[in-house]
Amino acid sequence: MDRIFNAEFALGHMNYWLFVILMMTGLYIVVARGNLLKKIVGLNLFQVAVFMLYISMGKVSGGTAPILIDNPNQLYSNPLPHVLILTAIVVGIATTSLGLALIVRINETYGTIEEDEVLEIDHQMHADEVAKVEKLKPAKLDAS
Amino acid sequence: MELTITLLLFFALVTTAVAIALLRNLFAVVMLSGVASLLAALLFIVMDAVDVAFTEAAVGAGISSVLMLSTIALTARHEKIPTRSSLVPLAIVSLTGMVLIYGTLDMPNFGSADAPVQTHVGPEYIQRTPKEIHVPNIVTGVLASYRGYDTLGEVTVVFTAGLGVILLLGGIGRRRRRGKGQS
Repeated sequence: MDRIFNAEFALGHMNYWLFVILMMTGLYIVVARGNLLKKIVGLNLFQVAVFMLYISMGKVSGGTAPILIDNPNQLYSNPLPHVLILTAIVVGIATTSLGLALIVRINETYGTIEEDEVLEIDHQMHADEVAKVEKLKPAKLDAS
Repeated sequence: MELTITLLLFFALVTTAVAIALLRNLFAVVMLSGVASLLAALLFIVMDAVDVAFTEAAVGAGISSVLMLSTIALTARHEKIPTRSSLVPLAIVSLTGMVLIYGTLDMPNFGSADAPVQTHVGPEYIQRTPKEIHVPNIVTGVLASYRGYDTLGEVTVVFTAGLGVILLLGGIGRRRRRGKGQS
């Protein structure tokens, strides 16, 4: 526990702690907010936090971007996390656009993009259906 | 100096995220998400990931903002005040955060050159790329040559997502006009 209060340790890990706070803010928006668009924004924040973790790990102090220059003693940051995250960003925008398209369709069908209201309409529709079936039952019995 | 700039930008990013969580105007939320993406891109530059930075700036702040703005134009401008309490999510999120922070305590310091990440295959790629691929940018070399099949898979994912969006939104204008004609 003592080492947390060590300045060098705290500064060296501040990046990771900030990443955790950023990630948890994203998770909180996804869980606690009912608006579907805001959920997507929260998901994006969560994603950016993961990117930050990977890129932070690849950084070497005193290093430069992994583009080769003539100086043979030059220190480079690790290029592999960069490659991974480049792929992840593109996949992220693909899922975001699919999510947004789903929101537009939900709004078209339900007239709202609030999770609670969509659920309420669903329950109402289910109750109506049950009532209709209940109404039909005795009529069928009479016919037979 | 490097560390100071990194931490400063990171604090700005976290503040933006908290502002997004608190705001109810969706237009402001979308704009702030664009700001968060730009701050993230700046952070990537400071942490030497230039390729990632311009992808994030183009995709996160550009395309993503445009898509979200189109979505709020088609749906709603304001978030309604939620009816349920937000205490349980807050508790769960704090607990998860504490567990994650506990996990980071064993990690090496930010930027240390002898971290496990730096001592395995990373240096190998840096040494081999100029001889085998003849491209100065190592990220490009790995992305397009060593891991070319992964990039092909990524293109497939994007294609599938595009197909999904077209299927979901195809004929939205037609349905709207028909709906108006009926009413």
